[in-house]
Amino acid sequence: MARVVFPDHLLSVTGGVREVEVRAADVRELLLCLAERFPGSETALSKSAIAIDGQIHQDAYLEPIGDDSEVFFMLRLEGG
Amino acid sequence: MAEATEFKAIGTRPVRPDGVDKVTGRAQFGADLNLPNMLYGKVLRSPHAHARIRRIDLDAARAMPGVHAVVSGADFPGAQHGEIGGEGGGDVADVAKNVMARDKVLYHGHPLAAVAATSQAIAEAALAAIEVEYEVLTPVLDLEAAMAPDAVLVNENCFTKNLPEPAEKPSNIASVMTLARGNVDEGFELADVIVEGEYRIPMAHQGYIEPHACTATVNESGQATVWTCTQGHFALRTQTANILDMSVADLKFIASEIGGGFGGKTVVYLEPVAVMLSTQARRPVKMVMSREEVFRASGPAAGSCAKIRVGAKKDGTITAATAWLAYEAGAFEGAPMGPGAMCVFAPYDLENFRVEGFDVLVNKPKVAAYRAPGAPQSMHAMESALDDLARELNMDPIDLRLKNAVAEGSQAAYGPKFPAIGFRECLEAAKAHPNYQKPVPEGAGRGVAAGFWFNAGMESSAEVHINEDGTVQIIEGSPDIGGSRASMALMAAETLGVPYEKIRVLVGDTEASGFNNVTGGSRTTFATGMAVIQACEDIIAQCKDRAAKTWGVDADQVEWEDGQAIPAPGVNAELKPLTLAEIMKTAARTGGPILGRAALNARGPGAGFSVNFGDLKVDRETGKVDVLSFTAIQDAGKAIHPAYVEGQMQGGAVQGLGWALNEEYIFDGNGVLENPGFLDYRIPVASDMPMIDTQIIEVPNPSHPFGVRGVGETPIVAPLAVAANAVRDAIGRRVHDLPLSPPNVLAAIEEG
Repeated sequence: MARVVFPDHLLSVTGGVREVEVRAADVRELLLCLAERFPGSETALSKSAIAIDGQIHQDAYLEPIGDDSEVFFMLRLEGG
Repeated sequence: MAEATEFKAIGTRPVRPDGVDKVTGRAQFGADLNLPNMLYGKVLRSPHAHARIRRIDLDAARAMPGVHAVVSGADFPGAQHGEIGGEGGGDVADVAKNVMARDKVLYHGHPLAAVAATSQAIAEAALAAIEVEYEVLTPVLDLEAAMAPDAVLVNENCFTKNLPEPAEKPSNIASVMTLARGNVDEGFELADVIVEGEYRIPMAHQGYIEPHACTATVNESGQATVWTCTQGHFALRTQTANILDMSVADLKFIASEIGGGFGGKTVVYLEPVAVMLSTQARRPVKMVMSREEVFRASGPAAGSCAKIRVGAKKDGTITAATAWLAYEAGAFEGAPMGPGAMCVFAPYDLENFRVEGFDVLVNKPKVAAYRAPGAPQSMHAMESALDDLARELNMDPIDLRLKNAVAEGSQAAYGPKFPAIGFRECLEAAKAHPNYQKPVPEGAGRGVAAGFWFNAGMESSAEVHINEDGTVQIIEGSPDIGGSRASMALMAAETLGVPYEKIRVLVGDTEASGFNNVTGGSRTTFATGMAVIQACEDIIAQCKDRAAKTWGVDADQVEWEDGQAIPAPGVNAELKPLTLAEIMKTAARTGGPILGRAALNARGPGAGFSVNFGDLKVDRETGKVDVLSFTAIQDAGKAIHPAYVEGQMQGGAVQGLGWALNEEYIFDGNGVLENPGFLDYRIPVASDMPMIDTQIIEVPNPSHPFGVRGVGETPIVAPLAVAANAVRDAIGRRVHDLPLSPPNVLAAIEEG
C-alpha cells in the first residue's frame, strides 16, 4: 500500500493523523479514499499540491500511485 | 529523455527573435498603445496607512469639464469570496479591495477612487476635487507590533488559519505553518557546536523598469479588450473577470512586451479599474502608474524576521536545526511564508528539525511574488548561520555544505524524496572553480552560499503551423520576459529538424492562443517548451502521414530525419526524401493545411540548486561595500539557450546583491514610504557591479524531453547570504540585518 503523509497544516482536517497507508491506483482514487476516511477533508486536500515518489504535481488527479509509492500532500507553490 | 549528446539547435546561442525590435524601439510596451478618443485614467490614493472611509463625494469631480468617468469602491460588484485565479493572487475579496478600497484604506497609497478624463492634467484636477472624510486609525507597521497579543487589527475579520483548533479571536497573524522531523532537543544534545542568530530583512521592490500600464476599451455589448504589460494575460483576464463579475468570454487580454516583472506582474492593479472607467465613459481608457505609485502600491517582496539555530558535530554533520520565520504580508494575507519555510532547510539532509512560519498583516502594501518568493529571506538566515558554523568548526564553507548536502533519494525537509538533482555537482564545481582557488584580495572578504527553488510546471498550450514554404509559426501564450521565444524556437528546431531562422514565435492574446499559466515559477521554458515539443511531434506524425500518402506506402514505412520524411531503412530506398516545403507544396491535395497542437499540465519540473561565492570589499571609513567578483554556479538540467540561462543567473545575482547591499522600503512612523523613487531606493546600476561569472551545471531533469529545469528564480536566492558572509569575513563581525548599506555596516564596524 502507498504511504501517504500529511503536513502539519492539514492535520486539522485529518483529525491529527499524520500518516496513513492507502491502496489506490491513482490520485483520484486516493482522494476518494481519504474523503471517506476523513469526512470534510475534500476541499483542503484537493487544493494541495501532491508529491508522488518525489515528483511534485500542482493539480494531481490522474497520476498513477504504486503499491510502494510515497505520497506527500504539500502547500501549493507559486513562483515569481 | 532524449540522449543529450547530439543536439544540433539546443545549446546554441542565436540572436533572440524579439531582439531587433527591442533595441530599435519598435517593440510595443504597456504604455506605448494609443487609441482614438482615448481618455487618461488616474487613481486617488490614500494619504493614510490605516483609516476608515467615512464618506466619499465624487460629485465635484464628475461635474468637471473633460471628466468622463469617476468610480469608487461602491461602483464595483460586492466582494465575493473564492480563489482569484492565476498565481499567488489569493482571495477574490482581498484582491478586489486591494484594487479599490471599500470601507477601509489599509496602506498609504491604497486606491479608493479613479477618474478618466481627456487629459492627464484634467484627471489630476478631478482627483483633487474628490472629497474624502477619513477616521484615521493607528497603523500597524512592524512584525512585533502586529504579532503582539493586544495588537491593533489590520483586518477585524482575520482569524489565524492552520491552528490545531479554530481561532476564537481575530489576529494579524493570518496563518501559521510548521514543518518538523525527528527530535530537535535530542539533536541539539548531540551537537558539539551550536550557532544561532536573528535576521531581519525589510520589504524590497522587484524594481522592474517598466511601470504597470494598461489600456481598456469596452464596446456597447459590454465586451472589453485590455492591452497590458503582464507576466500572464490569461491570469489577469481571470482575475479581472472575478473582480468585475464578468465572463472571461467578454474579456480579451493582449500582453504587450514587458519591461521586467520578476513575480510582481502576476496580479491585477489597474486592469479592473480601466475596464470600469471605460464601461462608464464608453471610450478607451489608458492608465500608467508613475514610479512613485509602483513603489507605494505594487509589489513589494515581503519583509521578514528569521530566527535560526543549528547544531553540528565536530566533523560538520548537522544534528539539529530550528527556524522561526515571520513574513510581512502587507495589508492582505498571502506572504510567501510557506515556500520560505519549505526552502529554509531544503538543501540539507537533516534528521532533526523544526520550522515555524507566520504570515502577518501590517499596514503596508500587499506583497507580491519576487523571484523564488520567500526563499531569499529564509535562506539568507540559514546560509548565514552555516557560515558561522563553518567558522566555529574551522571548516571550509563548501566542505560543510557537502557534508550535509541532499542528493537523489534524500528526503527533502518539505516532504518527498528528491529525484535527480545537481546540488552536489554545484558544490564540487564551486570548490574547483579558479575563482575559488584564488586568494581573497587584500581588504576584502569572501562569502559562500547555496540557493534552492522548487520550480513549477503547470498548464501550457501551443500550436505549430507549417507555412506554405515550409517555414514554421509557433503560437503560444507565455509572455516573453527572459528570451522564451528563442527557447521555443530552438526546441522546435531541434524536434522538427529545421533551422532556427525558419521559425517564428507569436505570443498570442487570450483569443488567439490556448490557455497558459503565467510566465512565473521558472516554468515557461520547461512547460510551454514541452507543449511546443509535443505540438512539433504532432506535426511530424502528420508529415509522415502526408509523405506516406504521396508515396503510396504505409505510414509505418516513413521516418522523420533532419526536417524531412525519408523511407524507413531497408524499404522503398528509391524514394526521394520530402522536405517540409515539399510536403506543403502538395498539402492541399493530401489533406489541407498542417497544424500541430498540444495542451498539457507539465509534470516533474525538477528542483533547481545553485552555489554562489563572491569577494566583497568594505570601506572601513564609510561602510560602503563593493563587489569585487561574483561567481554563480547553477544546475540548469539542460541549457536550451546558454546565453539566456547565464543572463538569468547574472540578473538574479545582481538583484540579490542589490537586495543585500542597499534596497529597502523605509517607512516613517505613520506608514508613509519615504523613498518611493530610484534616487532614494538604490538598485544596482552597471557601474556598481563586476562581470558576474557563471558556470552552468547540467544534471538532466528526467521529466523533460531535453532535460530542462527552470532557471529563472534560483539565482536570486544565494546572493543575499554571499554578501552577508563576505562582509562578515571582511570586518570580523556579523551584520545580521539587511541591507548591508553604508550606515548599517559602519555602525557594525564602530560597535566592533
